[in-house]
Amino acid sequence: MNLRSPLGRVRGLGSAKDGTGHWWAQRLTALALIPLTLWFCIAVIAMTGADYAAVAAWAGSPLVAGLLILLVATTFYHAALGLQVVIEDYVHHEMTKLALVLVVKALSLVLALTAILSVLILLFARV
Amino acid sequence: MISSRRPLSPHLQVYRWQITMTLSILHRLTGIALAVGTLLLTYWLAAAATGPDAFAAAQGFIGSLVGRLLLFGWSYALFYHLCNGIRHLVWDAGYGFEIATTTRSGWAVVAASVVLTLAAWIGGYLAMGA
Repeated sequence: MNLRSPLGRVRGLGSAKDGTGHWWAQRLTALALIPLTLWFCIAVIAMTGADYAAVAAWAGSPLVAGLLILLVATTFYHAALGLQVVIEDYVHHEMTKLALVLVVKALSLVLALTAILSVLILLFARV
Repeated sequence: MISSRRPLSPHLQVYRWQITMTLSILHRLTGIALAVGTLLLTYWLAAAATGPDAFAAAQGFIGSLVGRLLLFGWSYALFYHLCNGIRHLVWDAGYGFEIATTTRSGWAVVAASVVLTLAAWIGGYLAMGA
């Protein structure tokens, strides 16, 4: 006997309601991070030992600033999703779990905004 | 919080060691480490936006012995998580589930992450010398 309603079955959602959204977002951000991370690593390695003016000019150019903002946004989104899974796997006390996930999301948001605003400052300082 | 006395499945140490189990937990551990590492990325960008003095302080910390050790660990974690992440994406697409294949792709990830880390540091020191 199947207790699920026809509507519930056609929507394909369990009691958590949104598991596939989280799963899919984690994979899409992972995919986007492959080229973004490789680009960032190569750029930073090439700039090893560069002075402030060179780094500021690099980060402040429109293309680089755009890629940096994408990198930062994707990184923090991916990190928040990943940490959420870790917390949900190991923390079994409901209120502690909820609080930790919220702290992770809030911290990710604050750090992401700080990093993005920094890139924007470098972008507009150059103009 | 165990609320009942139900029997538990045998714990990890009863299983024979396989490369896949180590890489699985390493993926999670490097992910956590990299999440902490975003603090350095944010600090570096914020320092650059603040000005030459703040940036010099950030570069001074990153260039110190502790900074370099941290960066070395984070660079390995990054390349490991990147390589093993691609391995996971291949699995998500439905390929590479045969036991022999998972073992082989696992060792390939170990080799690739070590090579990429060494290449990154050799490249960095070369760029600094140039």
